[in-house]
Amino acid sequence: MTMIFGVPLAVFMGQLMLGLINGAFYALLSLGLAVIFGLLKIVNFAHGAQYMLGAFAALLGLQYLGLDYWVALLLVPLVVGGLGMLIERFILRRIAHLDHLYGLLLTFGLALIFEGSLINLFGVSGSSYPTPAALQGGVNLGFMFLPTYRAWVLVAALGVCLATWFIIERTRLGAYLRAGTENPALMQAFGVNVPQLITLTYGFGVALAAFAGVLAAPLYPVSPTMGSSLLIVVFAVVVIGGMGSILGAIVTGLAMGLIEGLTKVYYPEAANTVIFLVMVVVLMLRPAGLFGKET
Amino acid sequence: MTFDRKTLASSIALAAATLMAGGAQAQMSDDAVRIGYLADMSGTYRDLAGPGGLEALEMAVEDFGGEVNGTPIEIFSADDRNSADVGANTVRGWIDEENVDLVAGLVASSVTIAVTKVLEANDGLGIVSGSAASSITDEHCTPNHIHWVYDTYPLANGTAKAVVEQGGDSWFMLTADYAFGHALEGDVTRVVEENGGEIVGGVHHPFPTSDFSSYILQAQGSGAKIVGLANAGSDTVNAITTASQFGLTQSGQQLAGLLIFLNDVHAMGLEATQGLLLTTGWYWDMDDQAREWAERYFERVGRMPTMVQAGIYSSTTHYLNAVAEQGTDDPEAIRAAMAEAPIEDFFARNGRIREDGRMVHDMYLAQVKSPEASEGEWDVYEILSTIPAEEAYRPLAESQCKLVNN
Amino acid sequence: MMGTSQTLTPALRRRRQAKLRRNTLYLVLVAIGLVAPFVAYPVFLMKVLCFALFACAFNLLLGYAGLLSFGHAAFLATGGYFTGIMLASYPGLTPELGILIGTLAAVVLGILFGALAIRRQGIYFAMVTLALAQMVYFFFVQAPFTGGEDGLHGVPRGELFGVISLRSNVAMYYFVFAVFLIGFAVIQRAVHSPFGQVLKAIRENEPRAVSLGYNVDAYKLLAFVLSAGLAGLAGSTKTVVFQLASLTDAHWHMSGEVILMTLLGGVGTLFGPVVGAGLVVSLQTQLAQSPLGNWVSVILGAIFVICVLSFRSGIVGEIQKMVRKNFK
Repeated sequence: MTMIFGVPLAVFMGQLMLGLINGAFYALLSLGLAVIFGLLKIVNFAHGAQYMLGAFAALLGLQYLGLDYWVALLLVPLVVGGLGMLIERFILRRIAHLDHLYGLLLTFGLALIFEGSLINLFGVSGSSYPTPAALQGGVNLGFMFLPTYRAWVLVAALGVCLATWFIIERTRLGAYLRAGTENPALMQAFGVNVPQLITLTYGFGVALAAFAGVLAAPLYPVSPTMGSSLLIVVFAVVVIGGMGSILGAIVTGLAMGLIEGLTKVYYPEAANTVIFLVMVVVLMLRPAGLFGKET
Repeated sequence: MTFDRKTLASSIALAAATLMAGGAQAQMSDDAVRIGYLADMSGTYRDLAGPGGLEALEMAVEDFGGEVNGTPIEIFSADDRNSADVGANTVRGWIDEENVDLVAGLVASSVTIAVTKVLEANDGLGIVSGSAASSITDEHCTPNHIHWVYDTYPLANGTAKAVVEQGGDSWFMLTADYAFGHALEGDVTRVVEENGGEIVGGVHHPFPTSDFSSYILQAQGSGAKIVGLANAGSDTVNAITTASQFGLTQSGQQLAGLLIFLNDVHAMGLEATQGLLLTTGWYWDMDDQAREWAERYFERVGRMPTMVQAGIYSSTTHYLNAVAEQGTDDPEAIRAAMAEAPIEDFFARNGRIREDGRMVHDMYLAQVKSPEASEGEWDVYEILSTIPAEEAYRPLAESQCKLVNN
Repeated sequence: MMGTSQTLTPALRRRRQAKLRRNTLYLVLVAIGLVAPFVAYPVFLMKVLCFALFACAFNLLLGYAGLLSFGHAAFLATGGYFTGIMLASYPGLTPELGILIGTLAAVVLGILFGALAIRRQGIYFAMVTLALAQMVYFFFVQAPFTGGEDGLHGVPRGELFGVISLRSNVAMYYFVFAVFLIGFAVIQRAVHSPFGQVLKAIRENEPRAVSLGYNVDAYKLLAFVLSAGLAGLAGSTKTVVFQLASLTDAHWHMSGEVILMTLLGGVGTLFGPVVGAGLVVSLQTQLAQSPLGNWVSVILGAIFVICVLSFRSGIVGEIQKMVRKNFK
């Protein structure tokens, strides 16, 4: 049997595959943060809570309205994204003229409110969300048994990441967005409704988090605390990639998934810490992150 | 009333004996018997005790008539937020300012150990129902607390022994990488090896971990018959969910959970958990007595009680019985009286309180039912066998407790 | 001559009056602190003082250097754990030495963190400190000497200088009060010294401070280390008071709580963090025992939102504004 650093090739390949899936997931979440940061300059501390809201909305939709997974996948990002737009319009906008640190503090408060309320309403043990019928079972890749649903997560997450990248880099709307990031005042002068653009952008970033939440629902128990520990990891990914860089978020997300996956094989005790270690090293060499611009 | 005649009879005999021995001036410390309920009401451990445990406590007090020998019973409650200093501070305040006589609940082990130190320093009394750490009546034992429902020793002991006896003789351990996980792993390793099995591999995963797929893959590659989960709470839930997605059980391996509660199994669903072996201190459907109480609880709360919530009712009732018989709420006298009286109720069988403060009682080996075999939302366990009280817990001979003469 | 003295005198007088008023205020507050344990519950007061010192240390960085650290829990916990381990394993060690060791450990950590973090500003700085603190958290979870989730228990209060027993809560209180006063005095001196003025200059306009020839990084690092050390002092003292150290102090929620205390009391005011810490700690203890007990984190979150939306100067800040408006 071929061995790689004392690990059979098959196991090694399997771990790489799992790392890639987690990486796609990180990419999706950090992408939402990056989009929001790019235009609003706010670190959205409520991102983890909004991800959790996405999973919860899917669960409640199934339990009370009978909405199936595929409907939820489309509908939930719209609903939670709409909630995000309301938050931007009525709360975040009021502090937009202040130091951006206030945005971070405000969204931190919002995250506490969302999480605390859901804990009181639904408890913390959470509930399981059934895997949709079409995606049950798994495929044997030769080196591993891969559940079909995980394969779908990889495809869906990567697909949405690429679509987002395409919209931002290749379409007129994306061009407005990029221009708004560079110079909002000039955009306003050209007759673009910048406040509306900001509301839409925040809503879109939140919708991405909610989409990730629906994707995660069949993987992990849906519970109010599911977002808070993930959030810190995603923050680290965004810092490594360079705040606000779309491509940076996607590439770093995937890379960190792989690095974390390999750590789980060779030194599992450090699996939670390795991303932060990478972050420290990157910051020492490139303070603005891998894809960030020095300001 | 749920305490049975045998308890009552022996208690009365005991009370009479104490009275004759001259403890007749015993009195209530003041105008009320006060019970403080301290638990995680809003965090990770909320569902296994939490507000549902407070309901159980209130039920016990109501069933007792709301007063002891004419002295009213008052209930206080607080959320410790899983913080040792919040817990210790609250209990200190309760004792100093409110004259609280008994502290009940107590879930997160850091909070429990901190609180028992406060109880010892201030001559209070506590009954620990939620914590898992067996160190609570071992190196951290005090004369001022009793550990009621379960601890890690019988969990590891009961499950590991039964699994090896059923032929599961090669184990792969998934261990949470901190003191608690290592202790559990140590216990399991000892039991497995003593019974002729072996540990063929294992992995120490960080605490907490949300994605277990990598570790499950490693467990699948190990060829072990049994995958033992030396972790707790959300880690266990995530590990079991992931194992089911990766078809671990379909490929012939079996999971052995060491610290799993009814609410965890309920949350994961039977599809993911079926076949899982575990040890429990109580199950609502284990016999008529348990069922009768659990159904009353269900009517109040809308969920079936966990063993911790049932234990809170049982221990509070036992405490109130002792207070009623002794006619005092003096902690030392009550602690002694509680230890004298055997515990036989809907919760505990062959129960008694040892000198180290451990309430030992029969434990049960259970297996999670398949979705087909289950007849309702909460019909999840099948009780396979009983582990006798005296075998289940850590023998006193091995105790490091300062109250035990070794 | 007459003219100049006439124009100078009111200004001087005003300044003297302000100083007199401030000193009177200090004296009154110290007097309140001295009688407090006979009025209120001393253990509660000690908790407030420890968190007040923690919040003051945090405020030194946010309020005067303009750096928002989202990882200050790491210093609180490092101080606490090191003091706890030293006192628990060497029974001969006196509490003040234990606290000194814990504080030094936090200082060393502060130098490491600071060297990495001060290279960035604003949001980046917040995220970097958060990530670094997270590494410290994982270390404390896994390290064998912290007891993991069980925490570190049985830390003896011992005898101060080997002479005065701290077993009684009142004796302990006066020691904590003294520690708090020392910490507060250090911050007060730092803020009003030329060092503090340079910090403010950096906060207001960093490029300008650079062009004036100040070694901005050195000033920021010094402020960071000072803040870390004082946070460690708070953690060390807290460990001696409660005789335990636990993971709660290292969790990032703690870093969030100290921000809340400072924000609620008033960022950049000397007394704001003290008021904020007092309020948040009483809120937590009182609320946790009320029927609203399960909603504590929701209520804290709501206070956060309200503070940021319409109450940004905090309680002390708003009072100062009012005083200035009415007495000028």
